[in-house]
Amino acid sequence: MRTLEQTTEEVLDLAAKHFQVPAGSLAPEDDFFKKLGIDSLQTLEMLSRLENHFGIELPDYEVQGVSDFKTLAERIQSRL
Amino acid sequence: MLDLSKYQSIGEALKDALECFANEVCLIEADRERENHRLTYREFQQKAQPLSMALQAGGLAAGDRASIIMTNQSKWLISAYAIFFAGGVLVPLDFKLTPDEHWQLLKHSGAKVLITEYPIWRQLSASPGRAAATSLQTVLVTEAPTNADLSGALRWEEFRGSGEPVFVPRQRKDTACIVYSSGTGGRPKGCMMTHENYLEQCVALTSIYPFWPGVRYLSILPTNHAIDFMVGFFGPFTCGAAVVHLRTLRPEYVREAFVKYRITYVSLVPLVLKNLQKGLQARFDALPSAKLTVFNVLVTVNKLFTKSRPRPAMSRRLLKEVHAAFGGELRTIIVGGAFTEPQTLQFFYDLGIPVATGYGLTEAGTAITVNDLKPFRADTVGKPLPGMEVRIVDPDCDGIGEVTVRSKTVMSGYLNDAEMTAEAVVDGWLMTGDLGRFDGTGHLQLFGRKKNMIVTEEGKNIYPEDIETVFESLPVKEFCVFAANYIWPQRSMSGEQLVLALHLEQGQTYSDDLRRDVTARNHRLLNYKRIHGVVLLDEDFPRTASLKIKRNVLAERLAQFDRSTAILPL
Repeated sequence: MRTLEQTTEEVLDLAAKHFQVPAGSLAPEDDFFKKLGIDSLQTLEMLSRLENHFGIELPDYEVQGVSDFKTLAERIQSRL
Repeated sequence: MLDLSKYQSIGEALKDALECFANEVCLIEADRERENHRLTYREFQQKAQPLSMALQAGGLAAGDRASIIMTNQSKWLISAYAIFFAGGVLVPLDFKLTPDEHWQLLKHSGAKVLITEYPIWRQLSASPGRAAATSLQTVLVTEAPTNADLSGALRWEEFRGSGEPVFVPRQRKDTACIVYSSGTGGRPKGCMMTHENYLEQCVALTSIYPFWPGVRYLSILPTNHAIDFMVGFFGPFTCGAAVVHLRTLRPEYVREAFVKYRITYVSLVPLVLKNLQKGLQARFDALPSAKLTVFNVLVTVNKLFTKSRPRPAMSRRLLKEVHAAFGGELRTIIVGGAFTEPQTLQFFYDLGIPVATGYGLTEAGTAITVNDLKPFRADTVGKPLPGMEVRIVDPDCDGIGEVTVRSKTVMSGYLNDAEMTAEAVVDGWLMTGDLGRFDGTGHLQLFGRKKNMIVTEEGKNIYPEDIETVFESLPVKEFCVFAANYIWPQRSMSGEQLVLALHLEQGQTYSDDLRRDVTARNHRLLNYKRIHGVVLLDEDFPRTASLKIKRNVLAERLAQFDRSTAILPL
């Protein structure tokens, strides 16, 4: 079982890969809309990648209003 | 043509439709690759009536208000019908609002019943705003886990009455829904929409974009949105068509749904349509040059043959692969909620996929004008729908004035706000606050909002939305043109200027190249229409639920800057 810290690290790594930004340039508290300059549609694409990685399903409503990696990781952790 | 003249209410029309089309599929709910539900009209009725009976037994009487806060799913429509069957007034709220905003509107609407989803209720029940909604008596939550703490709510799935269903009749002039328009004016704008508003709008819209058994409408816009409520519920249901709901709107599943369910109609907001355009353009650009040449020839041929009207069968044969990606039966993409760039509309039309663009307001009962595609005109928002009287008030020398509407589809007023109602509806005419004019063929063209405009020293009125198209595809995240005096009000009518607000991409700077690009585009405009400078804002532009830029809120944010230093001259 992953810890929340591990899950958060994996979320950050995957997001960096998905949006092609340098590894380590993202932090848990970052607002991913602002930091990555992405819109809601691009966020949904990232969620699909996270679902595949963690082997879970994240309903759209679970991530409604979530804009930082830390909270996103917590939502994922609760479904692992 | 659909005839709803014999009906007094939405509930009555739906009740008949459920019986008339009993064996037709009315609702499909899918979640990723899975299909959760596929209901016929009879099965829909069998699910809705016990809920309605329980609502009645619980105290919901004629004229009482019941709110729905849910994502698009089958229980949304089942609940809405149950409320109408019981004679209730539906208050559909946007599930994307914050808990505080939800409670504010629940309080304002005086809702006695709330029907929502468990994850939403979890947040709502923990919010301090709950105490304010004193009229709320019953909360039903869907899909709650077995051992969940329901905080006083009841399970939707178990809330069932028994016995003979009793339909509660309503009159045409009675309020059917209280719809909060997405504007952010500070005061809640609860548009009281009557049964007549919906019955008339439904007939008018389906006369141009008809539904029939076998048609499948993909519901992506939230159903609380006026467009989806009409074309994703009431319209298709009264005609025996089917509505497809997706529990997740990930682009890959939306793409799959087009093909899997052979979608006939879909409604989108301009942002999504533009995204779709970008995706398609990228695929076209990646074609090998020989294939691209053939493709371009086919598009040219299609353009030639569809100049006067759409020819779906021919377009599907000519551009088979493009149409196959949309399921092969897509008849029209309905776009609304905000201004759509003509280039985007033309892009799809040239591929043989007509985009039904139009113009409407919640207050006017969804649509006022729509493009009838005879011929397609990307530069206008179409002609008035049947039954709509549209007048341009106080036109200037160019024929541009405030658009006003009189119709049986116009709301009866704003809930609990006689003052705002009196401002909005004058002698039966709805003052839209939008500026427009009719061209020689009766098509309406829009030129922005009434207040965000400038008058030049030459006496010319300039509307920001009119010139924004010049900056289309500027390589920035977002842009918006303002009258500088709208942002920084001045008690003077002289020296007015336009400014271009820019939100740059992450890591992007306002480089010399970008400035030159802005300047070059600016020079394409007539001199009196040119912007004076640029204002940079390092945050997402505020948008409404339907993704329109909240110009007034954005202007307030920009107003925090000092005008003298914020405007970077070109």
